Amino acid sequence: MSPEYYLILAAALFTIGAVGVLVRRNSIVVFMCVELMLNAGNLTLVTFARTTGTIDGQVMAFFVMAVAAAEVVVGLAIIMAIYRSRRTASVDDANLLKA
Amino acid sequence: MNEAQGLQIDWAGLAPMIIVFAAAFGGLLVEATVPRARRLPVQVALAVAALAAAFIAVVLNSGKNAAAFAIEGTGLGSVVLDGPGLFLQGTLAILAIVAVLLLAERRTTRGGDFVAEAAVVADSAADRAQQREDGATEIFPLTLFAVGGMMMFVTAGDLLTMFVALEMLSLPLYLLCGLAKRRRLISQEAALKYFLLGAFASAFYVYGMAMLYGFAGTVDLAGINRAGVSSGQPRMFLYLGVAMIAVALLFKAAAVPFHMWTPDVYTGAPTPVTALMAACVKVAAFGGLLRVFNVGLASSAWDWHLILTIIAVATMIGGAIFAVTQRNIKRLLAYSSIANAGYLLVGVIALGDAVGQTMFYLAAYGFTVIAAFAVVSLVRDGDEEATHLARWAGLGKKSPATAVVFTVLMLALAGLPFTSGFTAKFSLFAAALQADELGLVIVGVVSSAILAFPYLKVVVLLWLNEPAPDAPTVNLPSPMAGTVVAAGVAATILLGVAPGPLLDIVDQASVFLNT
Repeated sequence: MSPEYYLILAAALFTIGAVGVLVRRNSIVVFMCVELMLNAGNLTLVTFARTTGTIDGQVMAFFVMAVAAAEVVVGLAIIMAIYRSRRTASVDDANLLKA
Repeated sequence: MNEAQGLQIDWAGLAPMIIVFAAAFGGLLVEATVPRARRLPVQVALAVAALAAAFIAVVLNSGKNAAAFAIEGTGLGSVVLDGPGLFLQGTLAILAIVAVLLLAERRTTRGGDFVAEAAVVADSAADRAQQREDGATEIFPLTLFAVGGMMMFVTAGDLLTMFVALEMLSLPLYLLCGLAKRRRLISQEAALKYFLLGAFASAFYVYGMAMLYGFAGTVDLAGINRAGVSSGQPRMFLYLGVAMIAVALLFKAAAVPFHMWTPDVYTGAPTPVTALMAACVKVAAFGGLLRVFNVGLASSAWDWHLILTIIAVATMIGGAIFAVTQRNIKRLLAYSSIANAGYLLVGVIALGDAVGQTMFYLAAYGFTVIAAFAVVSLVRDGDEEATHLARWAGLGKKSPATAVVFTVLMLALAGLPFTSGFTAKFSLFAAALQADELGLVIVGVVSSAILAFPYLKVVVLLWLNEPAPDAPTVNLPSPMAGTVVAAGVAATILLGVAPGPLLDIVDQASVFLNT
């Protein structure tokens, strides 16, 4: 199968994720959309590893996965802290900083 | 990979980062082994000693111009020690020492600005009880991890190392933002905002990195630069890659239109953390921008020159105009940091001609802004900081010493002569003129003129207005905060009156290693 299809799929995933970050209101869902964007990046990296005939792209995908896992730890900790004090994870309710 | 396959490691060159990361892990062990009452002095001593040792290691490395970590024959290498990288590492180490002292301040408010147990639900009975306790000391290892990430960020020779460093400096900062002791809900909200937008930006970085990899077949910056002239791949990959990498880096640098988080996060985060962000993150972000555009994208300058120029103009004008309308001192400093990001972008656009002057500007601005936030943390209404500007009226009559110090800092930020703000702006714009960026320089001068207005308004407020009967108290600084203010003011005046030595250093250190 031609690699273009994978690039198009990745671009579609990235767009869905980006739109999701902008329109969804639950911070957990927003964060899931960011993860979708990261995985779109991974798919692109692996596809290009094939088209360019180098192995770097596959190695980079592993790095991105490890970093994304670290990001989940920090992100869920912050979202949990907010949820425990406010009983909501909506980004619209976090509005104390509106000046 | 092992030595036989040509892995080159310069341990002395990596020493600054190794020292800082080792001290960060050591700090975690201190948390686990040292009794609570003695943790603060141990942690502060460890952090300051590590950063000082890292600075000495950077000085010992000076003059190096080679990869410190590379596989032979694969391009530039993962960690590159050259003039700009070493200068920025040194600057980061010094600024971080000053910021750590501010983090360690426990006198101006009882127990410091940081929460004792971040897991306790905000505004609960347990939370009110822990307000009297000393703040957690985990902030010091977190800071060291962030600073180590920044040092790696400014010396990263390929996009993957830069990505790992970007996350390493960001993740601890997200947490630090949420650790304020008072107004905890606002602080947590700042952390959430910074985290979600920061994660969004790093997703753009990954996709941009993938695009440039598809275009060049490598993420090595020198390889990308060569591919800019010779690659047979569609040019669209390059455009997408440059755009997305730029979005992620400009987000960290707080350029318009990627600045929305800045005022909120600067206001919500504990003031010492804001100082760390305004000084050190700015240095790291522009260090990264300078390297990516000078080393990796110089050959495709025509493709990005126009769009980056538009962003620089929007940042300079937008930041200055919004700063005029602010009534909160922390928001004012946040918008001024956005406008300053615009001036620094002029230095990035001017490429090789302005690298040294941009680095001088970063160092000068870092010291001034750290001292400004230190003063902000001293002026208090009871337990809280008096951040509303109206509360600062007449401070000159009540506490002249503090007002004099703050006036000097405001004048420096406004760019008046005999302060570092003037020499930094003058040399940066002069270098941009050499690079034929006349339009940007004109916009920069106009923007500086607009931006001077809010600063001078603060000065007028301090000296010419009558203090309110319930005017805020100024807590006399303890040795910690006092050192921070003194160091910041001394650097501000010294770099204004005698900028020569530092300008000579940046001049010698202004050439990136690019092959």
